[in-house]
Amino acid sequence: MSSSVAAKRPLSLNLIIGGFIVLWLILAAFPFIWTVWGSFKVQADFFSRQSWWNAIFGPYTVQQTGAPFTGDGYYGAWVTRDFWRAVGNTAIVTVSVTVISLTLGTLGGYALARSGQRYAFWILIIALVFRAMPHITLVSGYLLPFFQLNIWGVLPTSIIVLVAINQPFTLWMLHSFFLSIPKDLDESAMVDGCSRFEAFRRVIIPVMWPGVVTTGLFSFLLAYNDFATTSMLLSADNQTMVPKISSFLGSVQEAGNVMYAVAAVVSATVPLFILVLFFQRQIVSGLTAGAVKG
Amino acid sequence: MRPLPFYFALTTRGRAVPHRTFFAFILPSIVAMLLFIALPIVSVIVQSFYIEHQQVLVEVENCQPFGGCTKTVRVDAAATAEIKASDPLGRFNGLGTYLNRSHLAVDEIGVIFASNTGLGDIVARIYNLPFYKALAFTLAFCAIVTPLAMLLGFAIALAVDALPRLTKGPVIFFSLLPMIITPLIGSLILYWMINPQGILGATLQQIFHDPNLSLRGSPALTWLTLLFYGVWSNAPFSFVVFYAGLQTVPGDTLESAMIDGASRWERIRYVIIPHLAPLATFVALVQVMDNFRVFEPIVGFSAEANATSLSWLVYNDLSGDSQLFGSAGATSVLTIIGIIILLTPVLLRTWREFNQKVV
Amino acid sequence: MKNMLRLSASAGVLLLTAGTAFADCGIAAGSVRILSNDFDALRLVNKTAEECASGTVTVTSNPTAEHKNLQVPALSISPAEYTVAVVANNSIVPLLNDDLIRPLDDLVAQYGQDLMPNQLIKIDGKVMAIAFMGNSQHLFYRKDILDKAGIAEPKSYEDILVAAKAIKDAGLMEYPLAASDKPGWDLAAEFVNMYLGTGGEFFTPGSAALAIDNPDGMKTLEIMKAMTAYMDPDYLTFDASGIQAEYEAGNVAIMNEWGSIAGAILDDEGAADGVVANTVLAAAPTVNGGTIPAVALWWDGFAIAKNISDEDAAASFQAMVHAISPATVAANPDVATWLVKGFEPGPAAVGVIATANAGARAYPMQPYMGLLHTALSSELAEFMAGSESAEQALADVKAAYETAAKEGGFL
Repeated sequence: MSSSVAAKRPLSLNLIIGGFIVLWLILAAFPFIWTVWGSFKVQADFFSRQSWWNAIFGPYTVQQTGAPFTGDGYYGAWVTRDFWRAVGNTAIVTVSVTVISLTLGTLGGYALARSGQRYAFWILIIALVFRAMPHITLVSGYLLPFFQLNIWGVLPTSIIVLVAINQPFTLWMLHSFFLSIPKDLDESAMVDGCSRFEAFRRVIIPVMWPGVVTTGLFSFLLAYNDFATTSMLLSADNQTMVPKISSFLGSVQEAGNVMYAVAAVVSATVPLFILVLFFQRQIVSGLTAGAVKG
Repeated sequence: MRPLPFYFALTTRGRAVPHRTFFAFILPSIVAMLLFIALPIVSVIVQSFYIEHQQVLVEVENCQPFGGCTKTVRVDAAATAEIKASDPLGRFNGLGTYLNRSHLAVDEIGVIFASNTGLGDIVARIYNLPFYKALAFTLAFCAIVTPLAMLLGFAIALAVDALPRLTKGPVIFFSLLPMIITPLIGSLILYWMINPQGILGATLQQIFHDPNLSLRGSPALTWLTLLFYGVWSNAPFSFVVFYAGLQTVPGDTLESAMIDGASRWERIRYVIIPHLAPLATFVALVQVMDNFRVFEPIVGFSAEANATSLSWLVYNDLSGDSQLFGSAGATSVLTIIGIIILLTPVLLRTWREFNQKVV
Repeated sequence: MKNMLRLSASAGVLLLTAGTAFADCGIAAGSVRILSNDFDALRLVNKTAEECASGTVTVTSNPTAEHKNLQVPALSISPAEYTVAVVANNSIVPLLNDDLIRPLDDLVAQYGQDLMPNQLIKIDGKVMAIAFMGNSQHLFYRKDILDKAGIAEPKSYEDILVAAKAIKDAGLMEYPLAASDKPGWDLAAEFVNMYLGTGGEFFTPGSAALAIDNPDGMKTLEIMKAMTAYMDPDYLTFDASGIQAEYEAGNVAIMNEWGSIAGAILDDEGAADGVVANTVLAAAPTVNGGTIPAVALWWDGFAIAKNISDEDAAASFQAMVHAISPATVAANPDVATWLVKGFEPGPAAVGVIATANAGARAYPMQPYMGLLHTALSSELAEFMAGSESAEQALADVKAAYETAAKEGGFL
């Protein structure tokens, strides 16, 4: 919406909007800020069963480390348990999944949005049904064939599986975005003698970025946060961050080290912060792109 | 002011994409989905119609570090393998697995309706069957969280869109946090925060002056906590999609609406909402589907005693010491069928819209 | 921190011995590929096995929490993805059912001089696995609180209920008891423990027919429920680490907790004042006038895959024997309750040893025990929450088990 609209907003409305945003930000961000703070404490303080004030003042942190804040969780995760290796694997998996998903998805989503044939609708519906399958059932079915083909445990396998699992979502989302780009744009290009693919490349690609970046964000998050697939399909050396964090937590009979997990989660959020700032700029720059169709 | 139809429906009906071009564009997607989703689904469906062969059991002497040697039963692997070799899928059971007590429990429900002491008894006894207990929470979660999360997301999108440009970046980041923190840890930390000694649990006890208040003790409060968590963690998704959609609202349509004297509310109602409608359909589809497969919060909040879901049943079948692939497959297929039923209204609407466009 | 120190200490040992390690294992050639669960003690075993790597021997390990889901498909291909599966009482069963591991008698005769007879898991007279660690739940109690209430060490669950009442009546603690009653694996394990203590059998001997629908089963449920009267109202959300935190915070006087967690409780980190100094570890209690502790004993051990070459099998066996050698154990006595020659139990191991010496039974290894465990894990929650009768709970367990056992081909 244009800024001229905002300028005419009455003060009371601005106050309501401001109050609502502040309230939402507290709700949304408080657990995370609490976690960042707590990641510099020891487990007995952050997960205290005595009083939550321990997480603020850290009596056990002082007792065990001599200071009110400690980097032990970070040291444990990054140095003792080689969290950096998982970070590297995650970088490879998420970037590959995002790029491949978007490449396949933009082509497919564009075709679906422009097809006008009934089968396009049915492809969308079937993709939706595919997406309804609980992932854990899918993954347990992969194990035997992957072992037989000797492709289990390596990153490319997980990347392809994540792309495939993500494809119905990507297709649907991009299809919706392409629907909102007027047909006149590419069709007038085709009248001027472009092929369908040229029209796509010259006319559609320049204006599709808000939709693609938004879809890309979700592809990225899916790969970044995936647990069901990566925990079952990757060997320990190739593990990504989330299964690794889960392994810090221990199991039924064995104590884990929860603070390693907390520190690792906080560390894992830093790249996301950068990503979202970048993403936000893209969305705002999409303002001008959107104006084209005006 | 008259409601504006979807503007894409106003655009000229141009040439449809030729079949060959269409498939050239979409082939890679289709191949990936066929190989890694369709094939496993077919195999899961086939598997769910079969059960294991009768196992050949033998009694043998078994010695362990503790308690010395005991007589115990084991599977005669060689004999069982022979039976398996002749028919690797197992014994055909038709819909037997779907109808047994772990799933639709047809016989048990028949008994319940044949002999009961009233409606309350019927409901209680059906709720005691694992599938229906899980279905009840799954449906409630889906029906309550989906609309609330979408409304909240839409409200946040409108409010963030009204913010000065400089503050937008950080606000968007913090708004996304509920979605981007892995549920594994997110729910663990929240679980600790709501425990009676945790910051939220203790604060609630103070607010309600009830030192025994526990969000995890009773079924009702557990459900409430899970639903609240559901709205909280799902709202950012709607927010992002709606926010991106708001960026493409045509400025001149808004301005002409203002010149026509439309109020703020009318502009939202007659310009913005219709513009976002296709996106809303998409968000609703995705959210209904994801909420129907709710799983992580149940485990994260240790809520298994009071709330289970269909996905949790699948997980329970697959994560035990003995895995039940047929049973998990049947629950998965029932999950898909449930999602299709829920999505039918949305799909019918999409179908009608689609037909309007078809030349 | 303590875990970290332990790990770095063992890493130091590894560095020092790495130079001489090649000769130690005496393996000519082969490939060793280990699949194991993911916790400190097993990571240590894997690391020690990796010392056997040489120009002709490769050793890799994959410690993962998903090992139970991976082992059957990974070992059923030929050659198997892994040559060694690190297993326990329960996780060896699927491998036995599908005939995926090989008898080890000849390897034991050739390379097993350091193994003790009770380390050999024999099924039908054949050695199928080598145990190297033991574990069980056992009693942890606060001596100071019991003294104040004028109570001696509880020997049975009946004693515990009396003690809990005395502690509560004396105003020492509001919720003196804790148990890992979270529905799922934990709650089912609690039932199995208590039922083992009654001396009852889970199944009709020689068949898969369930036999818990009897007075022993009712008694088990009765005691489990009676305990909850003295527990935090959130007891249905507590797993083993939950009750550990409650205990360390000084909120609990008596609990049954895993021996493998004893080290973390007895370290001087994170516990309220006086908890560690007054904690006593003892054998798990008996129940209903029984004589043996009402608890299941567990072992961790290794098995060798069937679908691999004899050369790889021999190499794997030797590498694992090296990994659990008396030398490894002597250098790391606090990491686990080892079942290895020359192990001197430290303070954290006394509870497990006392429980084993009192004659506790091992966790059952019937092929269908896992199905019962799963049925128990989901069907007991309503009873424990108080919304269902014991009869109904047992009937539900029976119905759920029979449904699963029919699907599994056992009934």
